[in-house]
Amino acid sequence: MKILVAIKRVQDYNVKVRPKSDGSDVDIDGIKMGINPFDENALEEALRLREKDLATEITVVSIGDSKNEDVLRHGLAMGANRAILIESEEYLQPLGVAKVLKGLVEKEKPDLILLGKLALDSDAGQTGQMLAGLLNYPQGTFVSKIEIDNNKLIVTREIDGGTNILEMNMPAVLTADLRLNEPRFVKLPNLMMARKKIIEKFKVSELASDTSTQLELLEVSVPPSRKAGIKVNSVKELLEKLKDNEGIRL
Amino acid sequence: MFKVISAAKYWDGEVDLLVMGKNTENVAQNAAKIKDVSSVIRFDGDHLEHLLAEDAAKIVEMLSNNYQVILAAHSWFSRNFLPRVAAILNVSLITDVLKIENNNVYTRAIYAGNVHAKIQSKDPIQLLTIHTSLFEVCTKDGGDAKIIKKDTPPATNLTSWKSEKINKSDRPALIDAKIVISGGRSLGSEENFDKVLSPLVDKVGAALGATRSAVDAGYAPNEIQVGQTGVVVAPELYMAVGVSGANQHVYGMKDSRVVVAINNDPDATIFQFADYGLVADLFDAIPEINKLIKE
Repeated sequence: MKILVAIKRVQDYNVKVRPKSDGSDVDIDGIKMGINPFDENALEEALRLREKDLATEITVVSIGDSKNEDVLRHGLAMGANRAILIESEEYLQPLGVAKVLKGLVEKEKPDLILLGKLALDSDAGQTGQMLAGLLNYPQGTFVSKIEIDNNKLIVTREIDGGTNILEMNMPAVLTADLRLNEPRFVKLPNLMMARKKIIEKFKVSELASDTSTQLELLEVSVPPSRKAGIKVNSVKELLEKLKDNEGIRL
Repeated sequence: MFKVISAAKYWDGEVDLLVMGKNTENVAQNAAKIKDVSSVIRFDGDHLEHLLAEDAAKIVEMLSNNYQVILAAHSWFSRNFLPRVAAILNVSLITDVLKIENNNVYTRAIYAGNVHAKIQSKDPIQLLTIHTSLFEVCTKDGGDAKIIKKDTPPATNLTSWKSEKINKSDRPALIDAKIVISGGRSLGSEENFDKVLSPLVDKVGAALGATRSAVDAGYAPNEIQVGQTGVVVAPELYMAVGVSGANQHVYGMKDSRVVVAINNDPDATIFQFADYGLVADLFDAIPEINKLIKE
């Protein structure tokens, strides 16, 4: 079984991103970047399937400029067999990404495509479902458990108020929740070895003819923030403030 | 749903409601009473009982020619199938819309809520999920919509449903609760989480929430996680108990009307977002609050 894992390079989750001074976009110059955490769970799960002899080859793919080689090398250091960079100078929207990945899936013919359920930057949470829709593949989103029985995928996934379990044939697209697993730490020797590996490259135009969308970013701004209020000295004072100032009856 | 209808009214057009499921007759009849709904479009089928993304997407695709705007509440349900619809229709989906600026411009949060983006969509169909806590509830009665039963397309059979587990609770749902009390990692154990917070939660009729770190530590089920990766709430009163105030948690509660934070660390980030901060040991403070509140 071949697995394709799509990974995105995003800001570190601790970084507070700010708009550029002209409000045209966010300012991500010089901030700490890395693999999107949900994508790391997706890759970890692929590695575990290979360790159980359920997968043979794991390929990580990322779309972007040459800086994305760092997350691909991180993926190789975690244990992926191959890495593919799809070179793009522009930032693609989920629909564009899904079209490019569809082109790659048609070339590579993986049995399973794993992605994170959302990316920390755009917070869109769409790419996996879009890819499944374009390919007319079954989809399992927000997945916290994956089992394979008789060549069928059995996934536990989040629904409003609980979880459900779906079964599907492969090829299929799954998107990973953080609860799926605890990704392994990358060991330094593995990182050194990953630096020597070759990263295969494609151009966006080799995989999709049109990646444009009708979306335009007009402006980014800092949302009105909550202001810190006051400190109270006791539970009694707290309850009085809530009652008198806020009209909250507990 | 009531808040989505309010959002839909922005466009000044007819608003139709789509109902998909098994035995949807009652649901459709109730929906028809909602004010300002023109038609309730009903799809019924055994295979729609546990609605799968592939089947739901097919139905919305079938109907899409008749509509310029398609919207749903931002939930795990809509997040599952609407991106699939978008790809099939070759349009973009704008998720978690905080504000409708005009008929094709929207504000949504990016970068864990640290930045707001204003986005224009020139797609022929505006496909959206709505951040419901920021929209008003529409008038629930006085309407008299037509109910239109449509022929359900056959099951796609791409996935099959096996089982589901819904965490039943007598408490109000997080998303609707007027008061939300959330616990963080400082509770220290699953037992403490329940023992310390539950009496107060039940006394004031609140919903119980948890931070991601409390969920990851196994103190609370994931369904009650408040934050970017969980549920986003905006109650009248939000009490953060032993919560540090990580970015992704604040994203899920910062629109609450009044925020109370109780933490023994005076430098905890959560105090920057709290109207009332109490530096105290939660194991003393919570029972004391519980004692001082009258039955």
